[in-house]
Amino acid sequence: MNEVVRAVIIALGILIVMMTIAASLIWVERRALALWQDRYGPNRVGPFGLAQVLADMVKIFFKEDWIPKFADRKVFVVAPTIIIMTVLMSFAIIPYTREITLVDLNIGLLFFLGMSSLGVYSVVLGGWASNNKYSLLGTLRAAAQMVSYEVFMGLSLMGIVMITGSFSLVDIVEAQRKVWFFIPQIIGFFIFTVAGIAETHRLPFDLPEAESELISGFHSEYSGMKFGMFFVGEYLGITLISGMIVTLFFGGWLGPAFLPPVVWFLLKTFVFILFFVLLRASLPRPRYDQLMSYGWKFLLPLSLLNLIVTGAVLLFMK
Amino acid sequence: MKHDFTVVEELKTKFSALEFVEQTTSDGVPTLWVPKESIVEVLGYLKNEVLKPYRMLYDLGAIDERERKHREGQPISDFTVFYLLMSFERNSDIRLKIALKGEYPTAPSVTRVFQNANWYEREAYDMFGIKFDGHPLLRRILMPLWWEGHPLRKEHPARATEMGPFQMPEDKSIEEQEVYEFKPEHWGLKKSTETTDFMFLNLGPQHPGTHGVLRLVLQLDGEIIVDIVPDIGFHHRGQEKIAERQSWHTYLPYTDRVDYLAGVVNNLAYLMSLEVLGGIEIPERAKVIRVMLCEVFRIYNHLVWLGTFAQDVGQLSPVFYTFTDREKALSIIEAVTGFRMHPGWFRIGGTAADLPKGWETLVRNFLDWMPPRLKEYDKMVMGNRIFKARTVGVGLFNVEEAIEWGITGPNLRACGLEWDLRKRRPFSGYDQFEFDIPIGQNGDCYDRAVVRMEEMRQSLRIIEQCLKNMPEGPYKSSNPLTTPPIKDRTMMDIETLINHFLNVSWGPVMPPGESGVAVETIKGITSYYLISDGSTGAYRNHIRTPSFAHMQMVPFMSRSYTIADLMAILGSLDFVLADVDR
Repeated sequence: MNEVVRAVIIALGILIVMMTIAASLIWVERRALALWQDRYGPNRVGPFGLAQVLADMVKIFFKEDWIPKFADRKVFVVAPTIIIMTVLMSFAIIPYTREITLVDLNIGLLFFLGMSSLGVYSVVLGGWASNNKYSLLGTLRAAAQMVSYEVFMGLSLMGIVMITGSFSLVDIVEAQRKVWFFIPQIIGFFIFTVAGIAETHRLPFDLPEAESELISGFHSEYSGMKFGMFFVGEYLGITLISGMIVTLFFGGWLGPAFLPPVVWFLLKTFVFILFFVLLRASLPRPRYDQLMSYGWKFLLPLSLLNLIVTGAVLLFMK
Repeated sequence: MKHDFTVVEELKTKFSALEFVEQTTSDGVPTLWVPKESIVEVLGYLKNEVLKPYRMLYDLGAIDERERKHREGQPISDFTVFYLLMSFERNSDIRLKIALKGEYPTAPSVTRVFQNANWYEREAYDMFGIKFDGHPLLRRILMPLWWEGHPLRKEHPARATEMGPFQMPEDKSIEEQEVYEFKPEHWGLKKSTETTDFMFLNLGPQHPGTHGVLRLVLQLDGEIIVDIVPDIGFHHRGQEKIAERQSWHTYLPYTDRVDYLAGVVNNLAYLMSLEVLGGIEIPERAKVIRVMLCEVFRIYNHLVWLGTFAQDVGQLSPVFYTFTDREKALSIIEAVTGFRMHPGWFRIGGTAADLPKGWETLVRNFLDWMPPRLKEYDKMVMGNRIFKARTVGVGLFNVEEAIEWGITGPNLRACGLEWDLRKRRPFSGYDQFEFDIPIGQNGDCYDRAVVRMEEMRQSLRIIEQCLKNMPEGPYKSSNPLTTPPIKDRTMMDIETLINHFLNVSWGPVMPPGESGVAVETIKGITSYYLISDGSTGAYRNHIRTPSFAHMQMVPFMSRSYTIADLMAILGSLDFVLADVDR
């Protein structure tokens, strides 16, 4: 088969599957949250309320798409698309299986970190363009939070790079044939997960949105499909971070042969998605300064320590 | 409850040149008329100099005396301003009154002595048009700034039908909108200092974190709060004005809506004053039923508070669990009263009905259900490290500050002062029960939560004792003022028939007098200061609510914290906007 056609098919496949997953996550999250909170959640539309996803989509597409008069129009419109684009771009480098890999970049990990940095622009521009004080406060928090936690996210992954000797995600998964990296890199796993939550600004790190304080923070002024894009962007972000955790620490597609590799990958990813939802159901939200000092005073030294120890062990084993 | 009358002599000795007029009131609070020029001096003496001082300005309000008939022995007065002080050392109150003459009189402001007089005087100005000399910022507080007239004056109409058709033309609408625009200089706030420009953030009246229609304007330096201007009154329904046109009996359901999470506890506060006024003795069974329902409502209120407080600091789930429990509490309330949030079930002289068959099982189930749930909340909320990080050391104030601002209830006890009127001035038979008064130490958000968590356990104890020791007997007093009156002899003799007929059609007539009994309700101390002019309804009904005082202190306790902390502070105070605005 022609390489180009193959790549296009995989790209389309990934796009469709990921968008579907992100959309169905709306339902998954609402049902799972409800389960943990002793209530039903959406259970009326279709079997188990599954058609709620469709209903939500129809609703959000047909909602009045209102742009406030005081907003900076162009930036306001562009902002929500950025988050969708950067997250979707990151999906390109994830190896779902050995065969289903769109590109095996030799700087795959750096590409992922770069894309997640660009994602900050979405939040910052969106909040800034809204020209609303609550959005502004949300944006300030988001900018500080995401920029800081990127540092630890990057550092937490360097241990893996040292062990593997490669930035390619396929190589990283292959290197986990003997043992999944979450065992030697347990600290890296912990920091990456925390930073991942902060990057997707989910509870307990949802300070940029912080409903009880900032109403909706940076997307207070958004409605209709533009709001929907932030919304789906968040779910895509969860899927991406879960996928990355699985790829980097839990052996990606690797698993006993009784299930096909892609199923292993999806199953593991789903577990982490549920973990994200569970976090939301159980934890309160720290204060902004607490979040920052936790990052800089605890996570940063920890990730540096992790690097030093990993390096020392590697040198010793040589 | 015996109040300490020695203070009257102390005052007379100290201010021998002044002419005090003593007034007897039904509630037994020493009541003195003081010449208006000397009120500041007298209050200052009572607060700072007298032995065992009266440190809290518990209440301040005004009375329009112009249409009152029964004023025997009282100085001539068109308007009266009264001050109620509370002494913790004496466990006693004193009420001072000043007589004002003229249509729009002026009184000296006492804000120099008591800081918390600020809002009370603004309210008296708003409602009566009384000016207070020396008040820092005498503006309307409950009514909108564009309001014409002062609602609690007797000539002000009480019903919409007395006011002519309502019209809102475009220009009036714009004008009224403009009134709400916040101009910092009106409130004495600076827009900037030499080094910083402040941001003014309008929080509310529609905001997910304010628990109702409360508007706070924050003066911010970054996310740090420099000052707050609370704008209240969005929930004002004219409870006190309504009281003047309802009968004693038909006003009762309105009290439910004063603190809408406290249900029958409001009834109790109202009835404690009213029954003192009418000299009605309550049968034992009615007392215990009342206590039991009040404690169920206390738990119910605290459950709602706990859930929403956790949500304020970002914990999404507890509110769903506490609402499950709340439903259990409501099942008792529903079975007993037939209503949920606003039963209005107590009556003058007793309760509306006896307990239904099988109430024991419901109460027993609730008593078995709650303790394990409370344990779970201790782990899930109180033990959570992020929750502690958000609440410990936030919104601090100490006992002195609390007293200065008129803080009562769990918020006062969280500072370490064991002051619960259920123990200190037992009413409705609370002295018959064994229970402890939980107190905190630091007076921060976390301690306020700890106190309320423990209060739920103590309430369960009280309910259990009610269950075990429910006395037999009537649930209504045989006093003729009981409403509705006992009917069993109605068809037997003409006297009872007439009494019953009048009492049901007009409602009971309370003897002329004044009474304001302080009652420990859920959020603090509430009292209904009722003035009867020998009629079927109140001449004046002044409601002192705890939330009003708590709200006034919010700017003080929030300064130099962040917006996120403000949400924790608001949540921990447990106020209800209906209780603030009345």
